[in-house]
Amino acid sequence: MAASFKDTLKSGEFIVTAEVGPPKGTDIGEMKQHIELLKDKVHGINMTDNQSSVMRLSSLVGCHIIKELGGVPILQMTGRDRNRMALQSDLISAAVLGIDTVLCLTGDHMTLGDHKDAKPVHDLESVQILKAVRTLESGKDLGGNPLKGAPSFCAGAVVTPEADPIAPQLLKFEKKIRAGAEFFQTQAVYDLDNFKRFMDYAAKFEVKILAGIVLLVSAGMAKFMNKNVAGIFVPDALVREMESVPKKEQLQKGIEIAGRMIRTLKEQSIGHGVHIMAIGKEAVIPEILQVAGLL
Amino acid sequence: MIVAERKPFDEIKAMLAGYGKVFILGCDTCVSVCMAGGRKEVGLLASQLRMSFKKDGSDVVIDEDTVERQCNKEYMELVLNKLKDYQVVVSMACGAGAQLLADLTEPQQVLPGVNTRFIGMTPKDGNWVERCRACGDCVLGETAGICPITVCAKGILNGPCGGTDHGKCEVDKDKDCAWTLIHARLDKMGKLDNIKKIFPPRKHGVKTHPASQVHEVYKGE
Repeated sequence: MAASFKDTLKSGEFIVTAEVGPPKGTDIGEMKQHIELLKDKVHGINMTDNQSSVMRLSSLVGCHIIKELGGVPILQMTGRDRNRMALQSDLISAAVLGIDTVLCLTGDHMTLGDHKDAKPVHDLESVQILKAVRTLESGKDLGGNPLKGAPSFCAGAVVTPEADPIAPQLLKFEKKIRAGAEFFQTQAVYDLDNFKRFMDYAAKFEVKILAGIVLLVSAGMAKFMNKNVAGIFVPDALVREMESVPKKEQLQKGIEIAGRMIRTLKEQSIGHGVHIMAIGKEAVIPEILQVAGLL
Repeated sequence: MIVAERKPFDEIKAMLAGYGKVFILGCDTCVSVCMAGGRKEVGLLASQLRMSFKKDGSDVVIDEDTVERQCNKEYMELVLNKLKDYQVVVSMACGAGAQLLADLTEPQQVLPGVNTRFIGMTPKDGNWVERCRACGDCVLGETAGICPITVCAKGILNGPCGGTDHGKCEVDKDKDCAWTLIHARLDKMGKLDNIKKIFPPRKHGVKTHPASQVHEVYKGE
């Protein structure tokens, strides 16, 4: 049986997690393939929660399927679509299904997704969701009412090491730790010197930090993210490296870069592991792990 | 103040289809300042409607007036009598003014001539920005006079979300990230400790809608 994520965090191993996006619709064939492909190669699989404000199968059901297939699920929970009632209800439901690892997020704004006219909730944000997790564990809900059976979770959050300005980000990072975060999965990092500086600062905290590795599928994607995605910075050298090969070979180059970065992080002991996001290209994650020397 | 914008002309004209005697009632308080429903705007709309109906060959009577404050009964009582002869009254006040008008003139048809947008301020002439959500639980004292509930698109406490970039908001790159502004101003004030604490979830129970309040002096009346 796979180790619980909490045990993995304690093990001192180089931790590898990967992200799987649930489908928009009832066809879970491809999602199951991705889970089957990854479940024995990574320590945990994140199931996104209406990622980028795009309506999809729920993270809770996706995590249940990971569990059924023998993987270790990491439940992503955002505050965008559910108020404190629904979030707490989903948390205890997850616990009953044996899903014991949760990643607490504020959530992208509704207007960025495919239901722009929906009412955004934001009753709780990431720090408050972490507190809600810890409150439920104490045997009470946020209303102070006693629970009949308390859950137990391994709780995590996200941080953006490349945020500019960085000070407000770090203030929130430290609040997340005080609210009970045990691990962090970061926004994509490409500049490992910058990430090392962040880790030098973060070393004083008793949390595990997994560097976000977003697979570059093309040079265009790298440029797009530099221009449009908050907190992501792809250094020029990497953009040029992507451009150095013809378009049809750029995915392969991206796999090589991702694998190489993971290998460097592991060899130089920068951070405690990686969180791989191969958005839409989950099938190539094993290749990335091979290049990284982890398979 | 309350900021509103006039509904598009075609929408107003379409709402008036079938009516022969129309009154347009403005409000000379907030909506006058934001140039949506004050005396000037009422005059302009009335003239536009008269010309447009005349051009269509319809014989519609359009009359107009503006009260000091449409959300206040004392001011409204000054005009109620003259509204009686009209089939429909277009209120150019905010939603509160339009509703008091509908209460006072029941069962007369009242139509909204503006869309009420927000409580805001005027950073420069002709520009208005939202600054208060009337949440009933003000935190401005801790957040350097910048409201995270209003200025942050998600209205979150406890710091910026992951969508902020170079001090801008993920929703609109032209808008500032509230939490970046709050952090910077508190830093200047030497009061960053204000936001290091974890803000608990907000108490939405303190203000169920519709909210109401009675001044101490008037209690028991």
